[in-house]
Amino acid sequence: MSDTGFDAQDLARRWRPPPLIASARLRWLLGLGAAIYFALAIGTLEVNWLRIYEGLDRGWAFVIAFTDPDFSTRWIDIRDGLIESLVMTVTSTVIGIAISIPIAFGAARNIAPLPVYLLCRAIIAVSRSLQEIIIAIFFVAIFGFGPLAGVLTLSFATIGFLSKLLAEDIEDIDKGQAEAVRATGARWLQLMNYGIQPQVMPRLIGLSLYRLDINFRESAVVGLVGAGGIGATLNTAFDRYEFDTAAAILISIIGIVMIAEYSSGLIRARVQ
Amino acid sequence: MLRLEKLVKQYKTGDKALKGVDLEVPRGQVLALIGPSGAGKSTLIRCINRLVEPSSGRIELNGEDVTRLGAGGLRQARRRMGMIFQEYALVERLTVMENVLSGQLGYVGFWRSYFRRFPQAAVEEAFRLLQRVGLEQFADKRADQLSGGQRQRVGIARALIQGPDLLLVDEPTASLDPKTSRQIMRLICELCAERQLAAIINIHDVALAQMFVQRIVGLRQGEVVYDGTPDRMTPEVLTEIYGEEDWAATRDKGAGDGHAAQAVAEGDAMAAM
Repeated sequence: MSDTGFDAQDLARRWRPPPLIASARLRWLLGLGAAIYFALAIGTLEVNWLRIYEGLDRGWAFVIAFTDPDFSTRWIDIRDGLIESLVMTVTSTVIGIAISIPIAFGAARNIAPLPVYLLCRAIIAVSRSLQEIIIAIFFVAIFGFGPLAGVLTLSFATIGFLSKLLAEDIEDIDKGQAEAVRATGARWLQLMNYGIQPQVMPRLIGLSLYRLDINFRESAVVGLVGAGGIGATLNTAFDRYEFDTAAAILISIIGIVMIAEYSSGLIRARVQ
Repeated sequence: MLRLEKLVKQYKTGDKALKGVDLEVPRGQVLALIGPSGAGKSTLIRCINRLVEPSSGRIELNGEDVTRLGAGGLRQARRRMGMIFQEYALVERLTVMENVLSGQLGYVGFWRSYFRRFPQAAVEEAFRLLQRVGLEQFADKRADQLSGGQRQRVGIARALIQGPDLLLVDEPTASLDPKTSRQIMRLICELCAERQLAAIINIHDVALAQMFVQRIVGLRQGEVVYDGTPDRMTPEVLTEIYGEEDWAATRDKGAGDGHAAQAVAEGDAMAAM
């Protein structure tokens, strides 16, 4: 073998897995650049240690309040806030899903013609690029304070989330199954119903449940800018420095989110 | 019944998958299409029902030019052509019965199919077909619970419930073990004989094709280079289709029909391991 110049021992000694970035120079340059950038970025953070020291007390009061949450004083407010938030959550999730599904089909390149695709992708991009708070402020400005603005905000945010992820799932389907349905002489709607829907259904259910608990959490956030729900109650508690009531509200939110998380996990495991 | 005239398919990349294929298939004839990977076999059968749009040429099914049909006409033409796939292509999360009934989609409206309210006669026929392929007790099982051979039987039932004149069969046995492969090929050929169906079967296993079909067409780089009976498949012909290889070594294991049986027996032993 040695006369052919083939030396397995030598090759084995020198073999290394190929690096992610082929050029050694570029590799080092990128690493060094990232390190420098990080150091400079840290340097720009202005840290006022005195202010932090003073703030620790306030933070501590907040933490202490959690050990003694006050559910009773403002119980009526908390209860109404939670109910309003739950109503907003369910309503906005249902509306959001109903609008998301057709947009998701339109935003899947493998089934939608180019103009429809671009339009649907644009809707998704707009929905995703605007933060919930900004949309909430906008809708509060139009519809006034209250849960209607909150429902619209959360529905709008749901569209960006659900359509995008569902569209990606549609693009990843097994083409063979859809091709087989097409070969039978099925119409377009039948192709969607038989060739596509069964393949993406578990993902759609999973995403919807996931979005349900995101919407609940977000309903607390959009309430801070006046879009109704438990967030409004929470905001009031903070304004009055009633940290024990605020703690009670936060604990309720965390509890509900955990229940939602646990039960959606159970459901998702069963849908396969 | 089916006639292809100067069928050409050129992909957007510029590759010519089919370079003017002429082919005539009479009613009831089962034909095996062989050739190396990339010869255009898959493209050819997908052009016939226009899952792949042909670039030029004519496709005549019962005297009608399929290439000129609009969307509605094409759907009607597709009902006359059942298709069977290598990876079965069943809708995995639907039941066996729903999969079989999906072969009726060309005949029923959207809402009927949406609520799975197919005509009584169609459901009856679906049960008869499932019984014929030996799966009547699996009707309500989900397709992804079946074995490969069972899935392919469902695929066959789905193709047949269309009431086709022609079966387009793409590598029906490539994902199956040798014993199941033989059973599936036998089933397809029997059903074609019972119902006077023509079939074009893409297949890699030349010995298996020789056992079951009446006619073999060899495709090489998008052109028909052989068209004849299975017994005329000499090493020279195989070289013409596939290129240079020691064909005699594999073919001389047994005499006459024996060689195929022996090859399959070996395959069975391998599958059992």
